[in-house]
Amino acid sequence: MSAVSSLRTAAAVTTAKVTAVVSRRLGFGGGTALPGLVADAVSPGLAIRLAARLGHGSVLITGTNGKTTTARLVRNIAQAAGYWPVHNHSGSNLMRGLTACLVEATDARGQLPEPERRLGVFEVDEATLPEAAEALSPRIVAFTNLFRDQLDRYGEVDSVAAVWRQALATLPSSITVVLNADDPSVAGLADVCRGPVLFYAVNDASCAVYEIEHAADARWCPACGREYSYSAVFYGHVGHWVCPGCGRARPAADVQATRVKQGPDHLLRLALSTPSGELDLSLPLIGLYNAYNALAAVGVGLALGVPADAIRTGVASFTAAFGRQERMTVRGREVQTILAKNPAGLNQVLRAISAEEGTKNLLFLLNDDIADGRDISWIWDVDFEMLAGQATLVLASGRRAADMALRLKYADIGAHPVIEEDTESALEMALALTPEGERLYVIPTYTAMLRVRRLLARWGRRPPFWKED
Amino acid sequence: MEASLRLAHLYPKLMNLYGDRGNILCLRRRCQQRGIALTVDDLELGETLDPNAYDLIFIGGAQDREQRRVAEDLLGTKAEALHRAVAEGVVLLAVCGGYQLLGRYYRPAAGEELAGVGIFDAWTEHPGPGVKRFIGNVVVRWQGGTLVGFENHGGRTYLGPGARPLATVISGFGNNGRDGSEGAMQGENAFGTYLHGSLLPKNSRFADHLIAQALKRRHNEVALSPLDDALEERAHAEALGLAKKKLVFLRR
Repeated sequence: MSAVSSLRTAAAVTTAKVTAVVSRRLGFGGGTALPGLVADAVSPGLAIRLAARLGHGSVLITGTNGKTTTARLVRNIAQAAGYWPVHNHSGSNLMRGLTACLVEATDARGQLPEPERRLGVFEVDEATLPEAAEALSPRIVAFTNLFRDQLDRYGEVDSVAAVWRQALATLPSSITVVLNADDPSVAGLADVCRGPVLFYAVNDASCAVYEIEHAADARWCPACGREYSYSAVFYGHVGHWVCPGCGRARPAADVQATRVKQGPDHLLRLALSTPSGELDLSLPLIGLYNAYNALAAVGVGLALGVPADAIRTGVASFTAAFGRQERMTVRGREVQTILAKNPAGLNQVLRAISAEEGTKNLLFLLNDDIADGRDISWIWDVDFEMLAGQATLVLASGRRAADMALRLKYADIGAHPVIEEDTESALEMALALTPEGERLYVIPTYTAMLRVRRLLARWGRRPPFWKED
Repeated sequence: MEASLRLAHLYPKLMNLYGDRGNILCLRRRCQQRGIALTVDDLELGETLDPNAYDLIFIGGAQDREQRRVAEDLLGTKAEALHRAVAEGVVLLAVCGGYQLLGRYYRPAAGEELAGVGIFDAWTEHPGPGVKRFIGNVVVRWQGGTLVGFENHGGRTYLGPGARPLATVISGFGNNGRDGSEGAMQGENAFGTYLHGSLLPKNSRFADHLIAQALKRRHNEVALSPLDDALEERAHAEALGLAKKKLVFLRR
């Protein structure tokens, strides 16, 4: 690196670091994106230069749902294996967020401490994948699933898949791609991969549901147009699929969950069969979708060459990320916040809650800001009906509280949902109306979650999200 | 009221992009609460439509890939029956992509023109990949009141002399963003619109208009007992409020 460009890198890093501090002080937010924008303005291509210093390269994780949880699991696995991960833990997953995260890892002179131990673990927005893959030259790219999500922002599901295929086709053959064999849209990406592919899947038929949900998106074979046939559906269009027309079928998986069991203690227990032997894992999460997140993370761990013991240790050290099922006690009530931002994700959350014991107190928050998607039609694709008659308390909040309440009325979840647009008042009411000692489920869209988290942080004395690990 | 109605839901698996199912849930519920037995038949690719069997027909929207397959199937297996049904007064609601395919033709940004069924004297043209889509909340004036919803379409629809607009745009884009028209009516019983959201649940007046028309034809009855629509009206008002905020902002 030339002296000038090195100086420029250092200047960009310093400016970005100052921006982060100022942004937090002024209360703009966590300083998880703006510093990246600033740094890139001062020194274009900064991310490329910083990423090149990561001794072990980078892992990218993308997909509609499960990015944050999967990346967090990979981070823990990498730590257990002795790596020192650089990880965008705040969930800021556009290019600016990745740059900001790399800047944060460097010291004031633009140096990365112990670069030889460093591994980048980045969750990446679906549409940002091509740019991120080009800038960061990853060694592993993992995909979780592909569902409709914010159609007004991302465009149609087909266009996301096309963007991914294009990105994968240009990657060097040295890159390992980790794919979900049970999601036909994701498994099909193997066709364009030039290097090794590692598949993961669930192989426990007892988890199957009886019919395809309304949120299924990949029902037809892109090769011949016939409708897939399923011997087991796990959620959405994820399951054991085969095309009766051309015979395309779910590929054999390298990493399989042979048993998935939800314990009454909030623990998800998994028995995994892997090329490195059997692995028994348990996670403090609910829902089958989290089994897939664990499988993806274990797949990445194996692709990194992490031994089974370290994978076990890493997963055991996992705690839920902010808004992703983290549990906390606020005013004597257990509050569990679960982000849900699209039909497939919310269906999984509802299914998991429905399987829980005890009375259900529910607060749904529906916003329609740009980061949530302006279109809220998607709530009509969610099978809220599965919670009919199960809830003792139901509140609807957010900018589109009345729309949410109407949807809940149709599903007969609460005959008279409480409607309160303002997040803070709604959370206050929900806590007051939830009997002491009982659990309150808070189910927000993205921007609502940020606000809920700030309030709960204040009331429950949790650290702000950018400080949390 | 001892009445029954039958609805054909065209391509629920293929044409279901923006919560179109909410429209079916709404019709079902509003009928059920009045003691009207509503039977819903799903008709997929290759299945024929019996023009004499139904009182209502619904078709929603889809992605481009699916829309092409549906266009072919419509012309191949259902077009004639659809024309007969509409001519005989069956109530038809077509939303977004379904509305486009029931016009005379759809010209995409790239690729071949899709021939439409021609129920509506209307045609749709996509101005090209670089041109912005019409995305956002919509409020339109309809029969002395309002309809609220969300639109997301690249194609611009224009009406010929045989069709008339369903509504006029107050806020949003509507058919083409130019002439202030939204949706189409062909005769008194075929309705096309770009509004989803879902459309019917929070526009209960429109939902009842469809049910009443179907009932009148089948049973010669039009009296629909009122329902508790407090939540429906609140959701409608909330959507109006959001549009109003935007209008105030634009005026500044």
